[in-house]
Amino acid sequence: MSHDRTVDVLIVGAGPAGLALAARLAGAGAGHVEVLEREQDAGGVPRHCHHGGFGGPVRPWLTGPAYARRAVRAAMVAGATVRTGVSATGWAGPLTLETTSPAGLERITARAVVLATGARERPRSARLVPGSRPAGVLTTGELQQAVHLYGQDIGRRAVVVGAEPVVRHAVRTLRRAGAEVVAVVTERPRGTAVPGVPLLTATTVGELRGRGRLSGVVVRHADGRTGILACDTVVFTGDWIPDHELARRGGIAVDRGTRGPAVDASFRTSVPGVFAVGNALHGVERAATAAAEGAAAAAPVLARLAGAPWPEAGPPLVVRAPLLWVTPNRLTDLTDLTALARRPLLLRSGEPLTAPVLTAAQDGRLLWRRRFPVRTAPSRSLRLAPGWTDRVDRSGGPVVLAIG
Amino acid sequence: MTVSPAHTAPTAPTATTVTTGGALPGGEYDVTIVGAGVVGTAIARELARLPLRIALVDASDDVGDGTSKANTALLHTGFDAVPGSVESRLVREGHLLLSAYAAATGIPVEPLGALLVAWDAEQLAALPGLAEKALRNGYRSARIIPAEEVRAREPELGPGALGALDVPGESLICPWTTTLAYATQAVRAGVELHLNCRVLGVTSAEVHTVATGRGPLRTRYLVNAAGLYADEIDRLLGHADFTVTPRRGQLIVFDELARGLVRHILLPVPGALGKGVLVSPTVYGKVMLGPTAEDLDDKTDTGSTAEGLALLREKGRRILPALLEEEVTAVYAGLRAATGNDDYAIRAHPEQRYVTVGGIRSTGLSASMAIAAYVVELLADGGLPVAGARDLEPLRMPNLGEAFPRPYRDAELIARDPEYGRIVCHCERVTRGEIRDALASTVPPGSPDGLRRRTRARGGRCQGFYCGPAVRALFEEARR
Ligand SMILES: Cc1cc2nc3c(=O)[nH]c(=O)nc-3n(C[C@H](O)[C@H](O)[C@H](O)COP(=O)(O)OP(=O)(O)OC[C@H]3O[C@@H](n4cnc5c(N)ncnc54)[C@H](O)[C@@H]3O)c2cc1C
Ligand SMILES: Cc1cc2nc3c(=O)[nH]c(=O)nc-3n(C[C@H](O)[C@H](O)[C@H](O)COP(=O)(O)OP(=O)(O)OC[C@H]3O[C@@H](n4cnc5c(N)ncnc54)[C@H](O)[C@@H]3O)c2cc1C
Repeated sequence: MSHDRTVDVLIVGAGPAGLALAARLAGAGAGHVEVLEREQDAGGVPRHCHHGGFGGPVRPWLTGPAYARRAVRAAMVAGATVRTGVSATGWAGPLTLETTSPAGLERITARAVVLATGARERPRSARLVPGSRPAGVLTTGELQQAVHLYGQDIGRRAVVVGAEPVVRHAVRTLRRAGAEVVAVVTERPRGTAVPGVPLLTATTVGELRGRGRLSGVVVRHADGRTGILACDTVVFTGDWIPDHELARRGGIAVDRGTRGPAVDASFRTSVPGVFAVGNALHGVERAATAAAEGAAAAAPVLARLAGAPWPEAGPPLVVRAPLLWVTPNRLTDLTDLTALARRPLLLRSGEPLTAPVLTAAQDGRLLWRRRFPVRTAPSRSLRLAPGWTDRVDRSGGPVVLAIG
Repeated sequence: MTVSPAHTAPTAPTATTVTTGGALPGGEYDVTIVGAGVVGTAIARELARLPLRIALVDASDDVGDGTSKANTALLHTGFDAVPGSVESRLVREGHLLLSAYAAATGIPVEPLGALLVAWDAEQLAALPGLAEKALRNGYRSARIIPAEEVRAREPELGPGALGALDVPGESLICPWTTTLAYATQAVRAGVELHLNCRVLGVTSAEVHTVATGRGPLRTRYLVNAAGLYADEIDRLLGHADFTVTPRRGQLIVFDELARGLVRHILLPVPGALGKGVLVSPTVYGKVMLGPTAEDLDDKTDTGSTAEGLALLREKGRRILPALLEEEVTAVYAGLRAATGNDDYAIRAHPEQRYVTVGGIRSTGLSASMAIAAYVVELLADGGLPVAGARDLEPLRMPNLGEAFPRPYRDAELIARDPEYGRIVCHCERVTRGEIRDALASTVPPGSPDGLRRRTRARGGRCQGFYCGPAVRALFEEARR
């Protein structure tokens, strides 16, 4: 038998985003604010990022675990309940989640549900990298946990695949575990340089070799040259995907670009009463960005608790290649404008951009056009000031963001 | 009310013998089976009824670590076999036997039925012949259905389906649990399982002396169930009737969110260009696309290739376009033991007290129990004493199937033992209780992969991003 309970706000995921929101809500007297975390410890991904550079503004000395502990403490001190070892496994109603923990099964109904489930790296299989299936094939998430949380042996010679800043963390963790990093490989024309490690750009991993244990990776350069890098470990980094399964199982609309729940500027999803924050919306941003989203969601969640109506979904915000995604990606009623006035939109491109001119158009009408005097890499989001969105016709067609 | 599956069932009773290293026990075995795939374990289980001393040996560190772990996991009816062949008879009988055994043992089976979808005029024209062939194979429930019915029953199908052959008896099955159930029951009934034990040579006199990587083993009767290597073992005994050519099948598995896209096993209509690829749900609640068919000469090449994966995606896009939008959980490949002959190569050599079970191509999982019964008959014809058979102790296996109750959803079970409420592998919802049970079971895993085949741990969409080190730690702790 399941045990039925009711709370005011139920937050799924005790990472930086969920914890920041819980702290704000509990501090604002939102009633019973409960955070569910399926791991044995709360804190999310920073728990196993043993390097400095967390916090907003960035504090070089603040490590992930210390940052995570602070976030957990802040939520608890504010009066939120943080429960670990509890998995939200599905939905029993629009605002009712089913959970499993050693204490048994529960059905928890809330007046507002917030998904703060984070993001993961695509593993080798999802990237369709051919070859054998040996041991020694990891993602950064697995690598960091193995080394920092479990003290496990990793291997002697490693190749790191990817171009995002997380490459640096993978290299550092491998070195700390005593492995030599043979190369960083990326199919992009530019990568993340790490002192002392050869960087192979415009290069794909064509095949994994080895039975039992990895013996090497076959690499192929865009110019046709191929070679084999002998190694016993390969780490696939970046290529994030939001952990959207709970959202999809609840029938919550997912944005095609981000693959996370589609939300408006108030973090409202397509299901009334259900919000989403943090990396669950867009893949990995800095922890401070995820936490800021969590904190910013407090006002709309409080409004919901106070009985504010759930607006009809307005026109979607969509992007044209090489742009990959934008969030928020729904434009609803006027309450949005106040929220947007405070928070920038995040926009990602699949290719490096140099001083791009961005345009926004709706039904063939140009709403906005701006030149950004910057260079951005595909691993960094552009932040767009939201003022122009008040020109959007709320009953019009999709709003298209493109490079002009 | 939910029926609780067995969770603690296969814990080792004290007297069982599973060895993984060191010298083999001495003395003489009555029968030795080479190869602990689904076929070899089924034979061991069948022989375990008899008051004989039996050995089951395998080169690998686990049972079911060859072709039996990497197939399309369908329990076939045999509707499309070559009529009159040994395979036709054994698949038909095996389907009945394994269906009943699975129900009794808790091996997940889902009788979804298959649709052989015709995409062009040639395939449509082939359907009546296939229906008629099904009849000749003793299968009476196949019928041709029109395009509208196909569409109504599979709304996500790509455009252009012209009709289908409906084969309601085809089912999904868990191949891992099947092999493990046979092995567990055999070992509990006294069969001695020797792993990491490769057969290198055979000298035959009054008894066979089998040279293995772990020293010699003496046995009166010998059964060759070595899968891809059955021809090589055969040559050690002086036979050269067939040669095994590995025919690789690559497969892509899509995440459970794709499961809602497909309701049946979507089989291809075999044509001039080979058997084609299928789309099918799995008992683990995922969707599988494949296999390819490539003749190789390397019996160990279970790797995937860029060309193979591209081909599968192209075919899959036609069959079920929305499938390609979903996340891929796994890619793998298996090798069929093709012999160039359209039938199994099961041969008795009574004068040598030796039976070869070769060429068990793409239906061995389905036929396994019937193959086992047939092999015991052949051994008896060759003089093996078969008096004194007894019933085996019933067995209940832990459930890995999505269509049946799993521990993480079983309140009573968690109340009795909270470890069944502690989820370790989040994508597949595998609990610490299940991992603990598998590590302490009669036939324990020899590697983290073996643990995955017993529990699904680390087998989901994140492939270890979240749970990898935790699962590894549990495995290593148990081995210490
Ligand atoms: C290798 C690496 C290095 C990084 N380095 C830095 C850095 O130096 N500086 C920086 O600022 N940022 C860094 N980041 C980014 C930062 O860690 C993330 O932005 C941040 O953790 C995102 O917070 P979140 O709350 O959205 O998600 P997460 O931290 O991923 O938390 C989500 C939580 O939800 C839980 N959960 C998910 N589903 C369920 C469910 N169904 N039931 C119960 N619980 C559930 C998960 O277990 C998890 O704990 C790094 C990230 C990685 C991967
Ligand atoms: C892609 C694909 C899809 C398939 N789909 C289906 C399906 O849907 N339904 C179905 O019924 N069947 C299917 N099959 C067929 C089925 O998987 C096989 O028929 C079956 O697994 C064969 O089992 P086996 O025990 O004969 O061989 P294996 O599982 O290969 O076992 C042979 C064992 O012998 C051991 N061995 C070999 N040489 C030695 C030695 N010298 N010493 C000691 N041990 C040795 C090996 O380690 C191995 O464990 C499929 C096969 C493939 C490849």
